[in-house]
Amino acid sequence: MQYEAVIGLEIHSELKTNTKIFCGCKTTFGAEQNTHVCPVCLGLPGVLPSVNKKVVEFAIKAGLATNCKINEYSKFDRKNYYYPDLPKNWQTSQYDLPIAEHGFVEILVDGEKKKIGLTRIHMEEDAGKLVHSGTNIKDSASSNVDYNRTGVPLIEIVSEPDMRSAAEARAYMEKIKAILEYIDVSNCRMEEGNLRADINVSLRPVGEEKLGTRTEMKNINSFKALEDAINYEIERQTEVLEDGGKIVQETRTWDPARGVTLSMRSKEDAHDYRYMPEPDLPPIVTSKEEIEAYRKSLPELPDARRARLESEYGLSEYDATIITSSRDMAEYFDGVVATGADAKQAANWIMGDLSKNLNADSIAIKDSPVEAKRLGEMIGLIEKGTISGKIAKQVFAEMWKNPDPPEKIVKDKGLVQITDTKAIEGIVDEVIAKNQKAVEDYKNGNKKAIGALVGQVMKASKGKANPQTVNQLLAKKLEE
Amino acid sequence: MHVASLSRLRVEESETESYQAELDKIISYMDILTSVDTANTPPTTYALPMENVFRDDVPKESLSRELALSNAPDEEDGYFKVPRVLEES
Ligand SMILES: [Zn+2]
Repeated sequence: MQYEAVIGLEIHSELKTNTKIFCGCKTTFGAEQNTHVCPVCLGLPGVLPSVNKKVVEFAIKAGLATNCKINEYSKFDRKNYYYPDLPKNWQTSQYDLPIAEHGFVEILVDGEKKKIGLTRIHMEEDAGKLVHSGTNIKDSASSNVDYNRTGVPLIEIVSEPDMRSAAEARAYMEKIKAILEYIDVSNCRMEEGNLRADINVSLRPVGEEKLGTRTEMKNINSFKALEDAINYEIERQTEVLEDGGKIVQETRTWDPARGVTLSMRSKEDAHDYRYMPEPDLPPIVTSKEEIEAYRKSLPELPDARRARLESEYGLSEYDATIITSSRDMAEYFDGVVATGADAKQAANWIMGDLSKNLNADSIAIKDSPVEAKRLGEMIGLIEKGTISGKIAKQVFAEMWKNPDPPEKIVKDKGLVQITDTKAIEGIVDEVIAKNQKAVEDYKNGNKKAIGALVGQVMKASKGKANPQTVNQLLAKKLEE
Repeated sequence: MHVASLSRLRVEESETESYQAELDKIISYMDILTSVDTANTPPTTYALPMENVFRDDVPKESLSRELALSNAPDEEDGYFKVPRVLEES
């Protein structure tokens, strides 16, 4: 039987506020354990939490940027469960009146556009961090808890089960990340857990409407893990169903080292959160006028920017999608184009040599050793014919280590393209004299033999001869 | 017993009957409340006439770690130490 995967994501994103959601403790990542805690976030008796205004603002912006309807009346609720990372024994979250609902984002996979529905966005507090003292979670008899992260503001973005493949899930999460970066509400540093996803995966026979039993994988914090875990789970569930088995509804954990998902069993048999309205926090009422003011304050979003790059610079949809997938990359692109460099060339260099070097050295594009302006200047040198596209790769590699303007590097290293026909002619004559066999082949009708000769001339000129001039001269001389 | 286990309360077998009776009383009191016609009453989500009580995003002094840990039943290297809770099957 052919099965179809049905995938939904719950994305948790930490908001980049200075302080926690209900108290004035700092949110700085990496502080010493239990130094950013106070009676409110430790859940000591008798304390009164109060809502950080910035959290509401950021959540409304995230809702508007994902085409959600903002609820004018919204409230917090207590979600009760027992786990030591939660000192109050409930998580303050939102249940039936979340801040935003019914949105969507658009993704592009294999040239196909698709809308992914958003069920809701709600505000909640993050939990603390458990540090296991044994070699792994299984052998440790006790756990240590750091409550610094407890109360750091989160938004949870819940998608509809609209995705059908790991690639779509990845594209969706990339789009959410891009939007949150553009509106500047989250740092989205996945390695720090700023942005993480719980994934729901189920299978159903192709053509079937009814959803199959799903499994959930929590706290996935890289795009690679997201894709790998989904692909593994689709394969595992397919095997179970093909063997006539049943999928058990459960939470599984993704083990990246072994590349498998494993069943987890928590002591809470079934989740029974017994939600109740939070009595310590008055409701949040936002007027239509305020919502419209937030809408107006939003910057240009990834989709609009992509459309602009396509229409303004003639970039392909694919290139424009990649360039606008992160705000920093889009801004870098703007910086390159601002020097007057050709936009298509700019996109190629950013997606090619620049990205390759950044990835190899694990550097973020905003910290690139080659500034946007410099890359623009280098592309300008290609356009002027000062250097060839091939030499440019050498120049770029040098620019990676050397902050000098490309023009100076080209001069210092003697990389200026030889366009002087006389100089090239000398080399061409020499190559013809030395490669009589290729010349004979060419004259006997093997026109391809010219390629070898062009290669020899380029080599002799250390890549600096203008390839067009070389071709012309060779063709002319061989016809003589 | 399910309620007791969710609430992390230790209830002796001998006590279950009396607790059950008390809880039943409370639940039947709820039945009286649900019998009231509320068709035209909007649901109350918050008891006080208040809304939009916000705080500015300005950091305040946190507790010192010593003070934060001073009520902890057990501690280790500046952490709260708790029994292991997760089992992998
Ligand atoms: Zn605090």
